[in-house]
Amino acid sequence: MKLSSLSLIMWVIRRDLRVANRQRSEWLNPLIFLLMVITLFPLGVGPGEQILSRIAPGIIWVAALLSGLLGLDRLLREDYEDGSLEQLVLQPVSLSMTGLGKIVAHWLLSGLPLVILAPLFGLLLSVPVSAWWVLTLSLLLGTPMISALGAIGAALTLQARRSGTLVSLILLPLLIPLLIFATSAIEAAAMGLPANGQLAIIAAMSVLALTLSPLAMAAAIRMSIR
Amino acid sequence: MWRWLHPLAKPETSYRLADKLLPWFSILAVLVLSIGLVWGLVFAPADYQQGDSFRIMYIHVPAAIFSMSVYFAMAAAAFIVLVWQWKISGWFIQAAAPVGAVLTAIALITGAIWGKPTWGTWWVWDARLTSELILLFLYAGVLALYYAFEDSKKGMKAAAILALVGVVNLPIIHFSVEWWNTLHQGASITKFEAPSIAPSMLWPLLLALLGFALLSVALVLLRLKNEILRQELGKPWVSKELHGEPSNG
Repeated sequence: MKLSSLSLIMWVIRRDLRVANRQRSEWLNPLIFLLMVITLFPLGVGPGEQILSRIAPGIIWVAALLSGLLGLDRLLREDYEDGSLEQLVLQPVSLSMTGLGKIVAHWLLSGLPLVILAPLFGLLLSVPVSAWWVLTLSLLLGTPMISALGAIGAALTLQARRSGTLVSLILLPLLIPLLIFATSAIEAAAMGLPANGQLAIIAAMSVLALTLSPLAMAAAIRMSIR
Repeated sequence: MWRWLHPLAKPETSYRLADKLLPWFSILAVLVLSIGLVWGLVFAPADYQQGDSFRIMYIHVPAAIFSMSVYFAMAAAAFIVLVWQWKISGWFIQAAAPVGAVLTAIALITGAIWGKPTWGTWWVWDARLTSELILLFLYAGVLALYYAFEDSKKGMKAAAILALVGVVNLPIIHFSVEWWNTLHQGASITKFEAPSIAPSMLWPLLLALLGFALLSVALVLLRLKNEILRQELGKPWVSKELHGEPSNG
């Protein structure tokens, strides 16, 4: 059977979603972790509305980055261990396309829930209602970059020892631009300023990451399986 | 050109070349660096505004410049190892990364020491300082990845891919940090408001720059030699090199 690139991507996405549906705790745990981190901050710095709304963008985005990194192990590890990743490498289609499918599936499970929950985060951390829309948009546009760069990290550390901390160590510096622009977009919106510029840059970075990271991911997978 | 490069694919030939070059670079580095630093630290005139505290520039500026150059050299080596599979270029990554990381650390520490008397604080979240700190994290990531594998060949490839991903991101990080800084705080400190530097201060700086470059090359060569020996351990030429005669087993 010969697959076209698009149908291959769709097939990989459907497959990953089906696997995730059978082990729900795997992808729910990072979300619960995220909610816990967001609960910890008001307990730590005090429930005052002013201070919370001042630091809310930073808290939400740092928590989103950390929970995104937590779930990365799921992206390739199991497929690698049970051998299905090898089968995917052997397909007569570009491995980058398979990688893109896995990135999209990962985003649907880790990024999309954040977008849906964004108003809840805003509510908990007293972000002004006027900034909720930009908060949601920043998560919608920015989280694909976490999945895309995360896929490179997951593929690079497939055979490494102690891969958990290693992935965070190599990825966090690369995600700093995302944090900067996302928080500044939300801050601008909270002050009633337009945030289109920041959102456009986030979108540009996500598109760049989605375009280039499947290539790096494929090279890293080929290196691991040999 | 290929006829010149071809023999270098053999680790032994590369080792010999590094061995031959190392003393030259070491001697020149010591010579140039001691002239430049003594001139800069002792004889150059004191700054009319900063007094003697500006002299740390003769260490800070070269370290900061070469902390970035070494990263680009490493990325170039990473490209070579991924495209042409020249493994010595992969070992170069391992040899260069700690040198670059130490240069970055020196730049940060001397910067903090310089900042205290001139800006009145050890650390400000200035764009350049932040970029330099992130550069240190990138070096740490490459090194951690290199050593995280049982199979050193895989560690080398993984580190090469990461170094290339890093070099694509470096301009984005630099630009975003600069943008973030101008957004968060007004330019409270104007740093090198270059009152175009006097020749009596410039010459020692140029010598120090050259000295740091030579020193970096010498250190990388030394580490590269070491890594070639470590990777080729057990080959006859290595035991001949180390014990003077080929081993029997």
